[in-house]
Amino acid sequence: MIQSADESVSERSGETVLGVRNLHKRFESKGGPPVEALRDVSLDVRCGEVVGLVGPDGAGKTTLLRIATGLLVPDSGTATVLGLDSVRDTLQIRGRIAYMPQKFGLYEDLTVQENLDLYADLQGVEPAARAPRYTRLLEMTGLEKFTGRLAGRLSGGMKQKLGLACALIKSPELLLLDEPTVGVDPVSRRELWRIVYQMVDQEGIGVLVATAYLDEAEKCHRVVVLHEGRKLDEGTPASFREQVHGHTFVVQPPPGVRPRTIQGRLAGRPGIIDATIRGGRVRVVTEERDIAAVTGAMPDNLAAAIDVAGPTFEDAFMKLLAHARSSQSHANLPAAQVSTGVSPHPREPEATIHRGESADGVVHTRDLTKRFGTFTAVSEISFDVHRGEIFGLLGPNGAGKSTTFRMLCGLSKVSAGEVRVAGRDLRRAGSFARQRLGYMAQQFSLYGQLSVFENLRFFGRAYGLANTRLAERIEWALDEFDLRGHRDMASGRLPGGYKQRLAMAAAILHEPDILFLDEPTSGVDPLARRDFWRRINSFAEGGVTVVVTTHFMEEAEYCDRMLIMSQGRELATGTPDEIRELARTEDHPDPTIEDAFIALAEGAARPRGKEGSP
Amino acid sequence: MNAFQRSIMRLRGFLRKEALQICRDPSSIALALVMPVVLLFLFGFGVSLDVKDVPIAIVLDDRGPEARDLAERFTLSNYFEPVLVDRFDEARQLLDRREVDAIVQVQSDFSDRLAHGAAVPVQIIVNGTDSNLAQLVKGYTLGVVGLWSQQRAARGLSTSSSAVTIQQRVWFNDAVNSTHFLVPGLVALVMTLIGVLLTALVIAREWERGTMEAILATPLRVGEIMVGKLLPYFVLGMMGLGLSVGLGRVMFGVPFRGSPGVYLLLSTLFLLASLGLGLFVSAAARVQFVAAQVSIIVGFLPAFFLSGLLFDLESTPWPIQAVSHLIPARYFVSASHTIFLAGDVWSVLQWDALFLGLMAVVLIALARSRLGQRLEG
Repeated sequence: MIQSADESVSERSGETVLGVRNLHKRFESKGGPPVEALRDVSLDVRCGEVVGLVGPDGAGKTTLLRIATGLLVPDSGTATVLGLDSVRDTLQIRGRIAYMPQKFGLYEDLTVQENLDLYADLQGVEPAARAPRYTRLLEMTGLEKFTGRLAGRLSGGMKQKLGLACALIKSPELLLLDEPTVGVDPVSRRELWRIVYQMVDQEGIGVLVATAYLDEAEKCHRVVVLHEGRKLDEGTPASFREQVHGHTFVVQPPPGVRPRTIQGRLAGRPGIIDATIRGGRVRVVTEERDIAAVTGAMPDNLAAAIDVAGPTFEDAFMKLLAHARSSQSHANLPAAQVSTGVSPHPREPEATIHRGESADGVVHTRDLTKRFGTFTAVSEISFDVHRGEIFGLLGPNGAGKSTTFRMLCGLSKVSAGEVRVAGRDLRRAGSFARQRLGYMAQQFSLYGQLSVFENLRFFGRAYGLANTRLAERIEWALDEFDLRGHRDMASGRLPGGYKQRLAMAAAILHEPDILFLDEPTSGVDPLARRDFWRRINSFAEGGVTVVVTTHFMEEAEYCDRMLIMSQGRELATGTPDEIRELARTEDHPDPTIEDAFIALAEGAARPRGKEGSP
Repeated sequence: MNAFQRSIMRLRGFLRKEALQICRDPSSIALALVMPVVLLFLFGFGVSLDVKDVPIAIVLDDRGPEARDLAERFTLSNYFEPVLVDRFDEARQLLDRREVDAIVQVQSDFSDRLAHGAAVPVQIIVNGTDSNLAQLVKGYTLGVVGLWSQQRAARGLSTSSSAVTIQQRVWFNDAVNSTHFLVPGLVALVMTLIGVLLTALVIAREWERGTMEAILATPLRVGEIMVGKLLPYFVLGMMGLGLSVGLGRVMFGVPFRGSPGVYLLLSTLFLLASLGLGLFVSAAARVQFVAAQVSIIVGFLPAFFLSGLLFDLESTPWPIQAVSHLIPARYFVSASHTIFLAGDVWSVLQWDALFLGLMAVVLIALARSRLGQRLEG
């Protein structure tokens, strides 16, 4: 009954392992209209094929995977796995597929080996077959040396690989992965993909992987784009790229002008779908196959070199999404597509460069260290942030970003070193100093039962706003963050992107000089993330100093300067250009920040420390 | 491998995982093994429902030998700690300040009336704030006075008490020791905590951490999850039971008149009912915080107040009695009292066993219905 791996590869090649037909699924939501998680979705996954399921938050990716495992029952339509019906033959299916949920499904109080043993028992792996399988999986994941370690003590990347190893404990015929790489460092992400392809090549399995990382879609054989429960398109990455052929341009900023300034001018202009900063230049996707939209939007003093760029999957994705959204009612449109202006008072490009206006920056740290018992979470971090600067703290989950952040904000005690914000130690400074700060926590920290308006009123009062000033600021926030339509909705019921905007509105309501944003774009779809960075830019243009953490490496391009952290240590500090420079080689003349991180983490590039001190 | 062998393998893996988790989680060990000890000490030494050394004031308006003899009786009694005062006012002040719980007043014509064979009133004033204590104090003071007059009658001395006297005899708990009554009930409390609270928490934890989703997507059957969760906590509950009973016997000399086999049967049924309730709560709640709240409200509090552990349910209003019939702990407490203090009285125990068995079946079936192979109920 059980075939050997080799036999099955040759026999099954090209055979459909997952067939999804006209799936519908809706969820009732308390006090709101039901959510249409899936609307008439069909797709196929064949043996030896990696299919990417790509879409923003709430697109229905997880629901589709759960239906395939039989964890959810569709309202209508069918999911056929290995010729079996996902509802009727659930148990038979589960013995032949592997599923890795978003949280990896590991028992943190069991060791690596114990987790493997558990899943081997649950999947009915023959005792004799275990030893070679363990050896192979441990070798593939690089976990050989850690078999005795508790899963809870592993780094994010190791957990993710152990989760994958547990899923692959019995060679499955279909592998379902739900956002396997969220918040994991780039090195581990790359390794995960290597393992997946190894399994596909050697055992001929079919893989369906849901991902929010658009660059990962390029690694799939085929991509299915979901948006709000609907399938927008399907095809090979090449066919997607073909859709935007001739629509993509790259703008090289003239010397002394920040790419951010140009990106700000272009984003949201009519005829322009997307403008992002990549590699120190601005990438533009236009509506028409015509450069006019770009040249028309550029003022004379910014007239810069504009080139045609090679299209990427991300460009096509943004175009698909923009069309999907514009075909919907106006009320559902996010601010990104509605607002036209970027910053109310854009500064002249010449004025955008600040150099050492004071000896120490607005935010200043020296050898900042945090220890929890014997564990050093943050080790000797030093940097300065100057007025009006956007400073990024970058690194994967567990790098120590949030711990550093809490020390900056005076929420956590410093073990060693010094930290000054606006010339003060915030742990000792009174409420007056805090008045000048805005802080947006990583988790949604507003009151879920209060309405949008009530939350804003509360936070405004907490920061000392009153009467007409308070009323004015709330009105401003409702417009600026496009929250007016949800003014009286309980904030706990807001969709994800709106929650994030409300949290940011609450942080900036009292017009702080310094804004601390802890992972503001985590768990937010690519559209909302762009929207977010535009706002952050506009605040910085207005003179607000911004310190922001993120685990999305490409977001570093939006920062003036950044500090890259890994395992509590500084890997490098500098401008995006300087960071990229570290990874530039002859083979790789145009590296991204992510390439630089990988190079730094692997020790290929020598970190430059203590940058930014005058 | 056939289907049965694979099922055994899955179950073995699941059980080993549970055992490892229990061993590595100090809080479950504490709940199962430390808490019984704490509760036993608390109830054994700290809480007593017995009346002993009750402070009373005795006002002797008559200083005759008979009156002194009566006062002497109170002094000799284990139950009282009398203070002799001269005037009623003083006694009253003591009562107001709660320094005494009762006043016994012997009026000035005590000896005269006694000599003439007339009715002799002895005034007893009891502080009724604590009604339970008041009842007991009243009973004991009457008892002392009654005993005194009986003995006078026996010696042929004049007395006004009636010819019929009450002969008290306490059966089953002849020492009238409340510890002997409390310890068997405490076992029910300990097992409720392990069975309901601990079980509810551990399954809700799997939901919260996302491990439930992962193991549900394997060939693991719901029945195997049920056995895998019930068995380890059954063992833990039985360890808590053994510890409580052992300590009760050794430290407090609690009698055990029934047979261990019968007790084991009833406690097994009770523990199964508790585990079923815990499984049901956590399958329905899926969040540890909610699971803890619910299991305290539906598990712990009823086991504490409505099981007859602290006071007799017969004296409660009928709606409360009616509700108590839905509480598994009620049947187990009643059965425990019977087995510890009276012995294997099958006419009583059969009903307790029947109801506990029924509840175990119903609760486990309910839990099974909530714990499906899918994420939605």
